[in-house]
Amino acid sequence: MLEKALVGSKKYWAWIFLLLGIAGVGTIAYLYQFIYGLGVTGLSRDVSWGFYIAQFTFLVGVAASAVMLVIPFYLHNYKQFGKIVILGEFLAISSVLMCILFIFVDLGQPMRVMNVMLHPTPNSVMFWDMIVLLGYLGINVLVGWTTLGAERKAVAPPKWIKPFVYLSIPWAASIHTVTAFLYAGLPGRHLWLTAIMAARFLSSAFASGPALLILLCLIVRKVSKFDPGKEAIQSLAKIVTYAMIINVFFFLLEIFTAFYSNIPGHMHPLKYLFVGLEGHTRLVPFMWTAVVLAFLGIGLLLFPATRKNEGTLAIAVLSVFVAAWIDKGMGLVVGGFIPNPFEKVVEYSPTLPELLITVGVYAIGFLVLTVLYKVAIAVKEDTAGLEIPH
Amino acid sequence: MYNGGKIIIGLAIFMAFVTFPFYNNFGKANAKPEPKTDTPAIKEVQAQLGKKEVCIEPKAAMKGEHMQMLNDWRDSVVRDGNRIYVASDGRKHNMSLQNTCMKCHSNKKEFCDKCHNYMAVVPYCWDCHIAPKENKS
Amino acid sequence: MSINRRQFLKIAGISTVLGLGSTAAINSAKRSGLEASTVSPDPAAIPFKRWGMVIDMSKFKTEDDRKKVYEACHSIHNVPDLGNPKDEVKWIWEEKFGATFPDNENEFASHEAMEKPFIVLCNHCAAPACVRVCPTKATFKRKDGIVMMDMHRCIGCRFCMAACPFGARSFNWKDPRPFIKKENLEFPTRTKGVVEKCTGCYERLAIGQKPACVEASNGGIIFGDLEDPNSEIRKTIGSRYTLRRKPALGTEPSVYYLIGGNENA
Repeated sequence: MLEKALVGSKKYWAWIFLLLGIAGVGTIAYLYQFIYGLGVTGLSRDVSWGFYIAQFTFLVGVAASAVMLVIPFYLHNYKQFGKIVILGEFLAISSVLMCILFIFVDLGQPMRVMNVMLHPTPNSVMFWDMIVLLGYLGINVLVGWTTLGAERKAVAPPKWIKPFVYLSIPWAASIHTVTAFLYAGLPGRHLWLTAIMAARFLSSAFASGPALLILLCLIVRKVSKFDPGKEAIQSLAKIVTYAMIINVFFFLLEIFTAFYSNIPGHMHPLKYLFVGLEGHTRLVPFMWTAVVLAFLGIGLLLFPATRKNEGTLAIAVLSVFVAAWIDKGMGLVVGGFIPNPFEKVVEYSPTLPELLITVGVYAIGFLVLTVLYKVAIAVKEDTAGLEIPH
Repeated sequence: MYNGGKIIIGLAIFMAFVTFPFYNNFGKANAKPEPKTDTPAIKEVQAQLGKKEVCIEPKAAMKGEHMQMLNDWRDSVVRDGNRIYVASDGRKHNMSLQNTCMKCHSNKKEFCDKCHNYMAVVPYCWDCHIAPKENKS
Repeated sequence: MSINRRQFLKIAGISTVLGLGSTAAINSAKRSGLEASTVSPDPAAIPFKRWGMVIDMSKFKTEDDRKKVYEACHSIHNVPDLGNPKDEVKWIWEEKFGATFPDNENEFASHEAMEKPFIVLCNHCAAPACVRVCPTKATFKRKDGIVMMDMHRCIGCRFCMAACPFGARSFNWKDPRPFIKKENLEFPTRTKGVVEKCTGCYERLAIGQKPACVEASNGGIIFGDLEDPNSEIRKTIGSRYTLRRKPALGTEPSVYYLIGGNENA
């Protein structure tokens, strides 16, 4: 089926080569980092995780969100999602691939990455993270490719794929819970040491993932003959609405615990993020932008008029996506390190090489996404009008 | 063959790239590496023990398995807290690349590098383990 | 026999995985390791059950007294001097009281007391968070209680740095060698991309010597086996008031600080 990605319009090829070019620039930037060390980034002894891990954390959520299509369709027979489940699974593949790449570019000794497999360490959450991420990638490749292949032949998928589909549901929840556990079990970082971390991760995942999926569906409808369906998009929008409301609610719960208890360790990181600490305010504008975008998104999504209008819907889900990206990426990861264990504030901002590498990884992810979507859309265009058993 | 012309040209270019290492080295004599073991430290031990082969283990074993031995030493020292190694001939040695191996083989360029360069092997041990500073003597 | 492209790719893929996988499996099974009879600790090594320290800051009268301690450690261990707080690597250094014991903020204490310097280093905790999170066991707890670093195995993920509540760990953001003032030829350096920290002077303990900082402290640091009730360190902790850094976090630090009982306190 991959040959379907080799046939396309001029715009398609222009997009592919643009992504290849950006990926190339990112690769050169990475070679620079590989030779000189991670010192070319903005990371420091005090803020030792930054932009790369922020992207990884956010994208695990986007990957997990495929489950929001799988559950209604496979468990509850919600037929409207039938056309777009594959888009969710392919988005998951692309996101997990980007997660793996972001970890890889963040490692100090990437050539030794197999040590995690050669010396399995069950007490380390990062060991489990590698396992669940690779497993989820495998499941989505298997399920996506098999179901799409069956659809291409206008037959029902083989029966043996069902267990894998069902497995993907708890597995999706697990990848994001495990990623949350990376943070939620560390005794010295008060922004992260909270039981609600995994719940917050899941809620922001189920808001940002389907939000991106809606945008991708709208784009797909524009550039191809495949129509994901107005109903499917509206259902996704409702999922985003409730997930984002819960996400914001969970965050407000954190604010309450920190400030009503008045415990300095709990308050300081949140103060740093929203009003600055000891005069350091680098992240403050970003966090308030996230707040505004979050409420804008929720507002537009809550009212049926603006949710049904696909123009305002696009603005709404984009706002939700960016808000979640800021909060879960930079806010959470960088905020966890500030103040440092000595109660000092050491700030962080990414450098140019760091940003180039990040954009390069995104380009690779979008390249994979484009190719996979091209295949999926081509199959669906070919079989349009055929009645496919399921 | 469809697109036969393009395929054959592509194959020709591919073969040219793949066989480059071979025809590029035609005519260049590449001598067998001769690592030198005539450092003052080794000569002293040879005099002490009255024989020529005085390395930790017999030459053949060292040649083939020194990397394996170094890895085993590493795990034993760093992870298990050991220090002394009893060789197959009963002699005791400190398990240390810098302080044992390189004390005798202080001529890294004439010893270690000779074979490594020939085999295009670049061990990254020297990124951390300080190679002996070679004098001009 | 005719075979279509899909079948060919499937067979090729499975053969590759099987081939690589079984090679790897055979290689790792082949690793014999050293026989136990061939290796042993040095006879002069001090046997420990739990490495511990008591630091008596009142014994350090001047800044030079303290600097001697840091110099002793950093010089014999080839710790580089990067010269800026972003990239710096440090195994043992000093922080003020408020930074060392942040839960003890006190607005009415004397300014002098709050400004007092305290020597800080890795606490070689008994329940270390860093060991718990390391995905490769590159940092691990030895039988003698030292929280050790295996520089060969570290992949530089820096999870341990996020986990350490004491900020004891440093990362090599670039190649450290140009920044080492004078190399100690008997100890390795590190390379870029690995985490490092105090390793309890394991190489000195292995030949019966005290840690370098203890020796340079001129009695300011008492060192011993916390599991030996007759040791000087246990007697000190058992008879005087001591503080540890952030004990509420459950990592069980092994570095104690003496408080009170002196006109300088």
